[in-house]
Amino acid sequence: MSSDAIAIQTAEATGRPWVERLHEWVTTVDHKRLGVLYILYALFFLIIGGIEATIIRIQLMHPRNDFVSPQVFNRMFTMHGTTMIFFVAMPIMFGFANYLVPLMIGARDMAFPRLNAFSFWLTAFGGLLLYFSLLGGNGLYGAGNAPDVGWWAYAPLASRAFSPGHSSDYWTIALLVSGFGSIGTAINIIATIVSMRCPGMTLSRMPLLAWMNLVMSGMVLLAISPLSAAQIMLLVDRYLGGHFFDTQAGGSATLWMHFFWIFGHPEVYVLIIPCFAFASEIIPVFSRKPIFGYPVMVGATVCIGFVSMSVWAHHMFTIGMNSYANSFFTITTMAVGVPTGIKIFNWLGTMWGGKIQFRTPMLFCIGFLFQFLIAGLTGIMLASSPFDWQLGGSYFVVAHFHYVIVGGILFALFGAFYYWYPKITGRMLHEGLGKLHFWLFLIGFHLTFDLMHIPGLLGMPRRIYTYEPGRGWDTLNFVVTIGAFVQGIATLVFVLNLVFSYFKGAKAGNDPWDAWTLEWSTSSPPPDYNFASIPAVSSRRPLWDLKHPEDADSHYE
Amino acid sequence: MSAIATPLPETTVAWKLPYRGKIGIACLIIAESAIFTIFVVAYLFYVGKSLSGPTPREVLETPIFYTICLLSSSLTIHFAGKQLERGRRAAFLALWLLTLILGALFLYGTAQEWHRLIYERGLTISTNLFGTTYYSLVGLHGFHVTAGLIMLTAVLLFGLAGRVGPEQSARIDVLSLYWHFVDAVWVVVFTVVYVLGR
Repeated sequence: MSSDAIAIQTAEATGRPWVERLHEWVTTVDHKRLGVLYILYALFFLIIGGIEATIIRIQLMHPRNDFVSPQVFNRMFTMHGTTMIFFVAMPIMFGFANYLVPLMIGARDMAFPRLNAFSFWLTAFGGLLLYFSLLGGNGLYGAGNAPDVGWWAYAPLASRAFSPGHSSDYWTIALLVSGFGSIGTAINIIATIVSMRCPGMTLSRMPLLAWMNLVMSGMVLLAISPLSAAQIMLLVDRYLGGHFFDTQAGGSATLWMHFFWIFGHPEVYVLIIPCFAFASEIIPVFSRKPIFGYPVMVGATVCIGFVSMSVWAHHMFTIGMNSYANSFFTITTMAVGVPTGIKIFNWLGTMWGGKIQFRTPMLFCIGFLFQFLIAGLTGIMLASSPFDWQLGGSYFVVAHFHYVIVGGILFALFGAFYYWYPKITGRMLHEGLGKLHFWLFLIGFHLTFDLMHIPGLLGMPRRIYTYEPGRGWDTLNFVVTIGAFVQGIATLVFVLNLVFSYFKGAKAGNDPWDAWTLEWSTSSPPPDYNFASIPAVSSRRPLWDLKHPEDADSHYE
Repeated sequence: MSAIATPLPETTVAWKLPYRGKIGIACLIIAESAIFTIFVVAYLFYVGKSLSGPTPREVLETPIFYTICLLSSSLTIHFAGKQLERGRRAAFLALWLLTLILGALFLYGTAQEWHRLIYERGLTISTNLFGTTYYSLVGLHGFHVTAGLIMLTAVLLFGLAGRVGPEQSARIDVLSLYWHFVDAVWVVVFTVVYVLGR
């Protein structure tokens, strides 16, 4: 059946000219191909963003270093932040959602395939626009500049007076364009999950990955839109002489901060919730137990979605809000830790008493679990406003959010790569290289980001391009940079593994992990139509029911 | 496991999920509402904070007639959809055309107001905070009306070519939801700009 169809297809594919195959990829509306395009695009920018991070770290390796000029340093941290959030993390989450959601809910494609392609290309051209500023930032003389206003582009820094030329405009338009792409994809994911589930898959039987992507997409609608609105205002200011953020004409710089962080904080949850989703699919399979507390897990996710929409001003404690605002945002920020804690206990409860298999995806998920916990704890510290007055704008904050993004999001993402790579390519990722990748990355990560907290506590501010010797920051910064290189090497091992395993990896078969969700019921890679006949499910683990008809979940749920 | 895809049981139970178009437009409306909320917040935040004139009280005139036009177009599009559902194509086309005319009238009203403000009162987007917020908010709404009119025109052309029948009813409903949203936003914008903002 479907495997024969695949065999015929690959035979055809190898025989055709590459232009024709490329044309197929460019014009595709298939959710699996678009998912792969999203992921490849994000990996490309991951390398670029990583190189920018390395430049930042080399500059800070020694006191009074002059590896790059202050101007270039500003451009590097602006581009690093913008690239990693908008052109690595967002597209990679959408890529996995695109690929997995229809397969896991038993659908043949997304609800709006053409909108899907349109959204991907918007995001893709957004990234190109951002980097085009290197050429066109000063007009078309071929000698432009990268934006240097920081990824938050605080007013009035981003106004015409302080940011002449077009580099900030490329930044604005890149974010606006890719933002519309994100909204399109979010609409698509929600419509797919609500309207395309296979027969029998009620909301309470839906895989947690689908649930969490549903919540994530809802948050994208409410979080990215304010950013788009704020970018439109910035464009009005810069091009039409508006005064939204022009303090000389009565405009408010604080308003921009509010608008930016109304987007900026939910964005963190937009990125971490799909990672919760990966962990919620991977941990049960490698613990050989169903997820512990499914309904609570769903409830906690929805709860995080709501609460995290009202925590944004904890990024703004140091601007001097009144005590009511400070208390409110302290309380809400601490409150969001409660549902997150529930999740952590649920994952631990899933592992408790299970036959844990320490394969690479599981290793990354365990790393995610413990590192995300620590990241959450420093988050609680920073949530209390007096503590934040002391450490806001220091390297402690930088260490905290990198702990979330690298220690939490990136680790879970690597886990997802090792877990679903066999489904996407039909071949396993090499286990030995995978373990090497995990341990190298773990060591590099802890060298860099554990130690980065300390210069912050000692008073090292963020965004500085160099520092004086003899403040007790020297050795720490040196080791932090060494750690960054170790992470870089680990990432190279990962890329090597991706390429090597694509050609030489062991054949995966349909279901290499003996898993339970619908994507493993079809061949690897799945045929264009996903399922030969639309499946029907009667429990949360349809493949378990199929493999163990004598003890099916549907008897108990 | 074998290389052959695992066959899963096919269903016999009745299984009905909401129409994806309706879910999609509902999500778009949520996202658009968030965008408008930010612009409305900015407008309200800057009321009375302009450092120079003219002020809203001096120059704004309440556009009652054009507001009635836009709001009644919500009614006509609703009844147009109902007519289509019953298969009365001529009535559908007539009501649809009426909706289009009412929407275009509203846009004409905005154009006229802007012309008066710019050429007689000297208020532009760069004059003061009021100008910046006013033209952005009303302009953003006007942009949505324009987009709606383009889509309405497309449907009208298809309808005149005889291509719109009761089987397209669900899709027409999606478009009319968008149009209702544009009208609802106007109620908010009207309240904020012409009632509270003065």
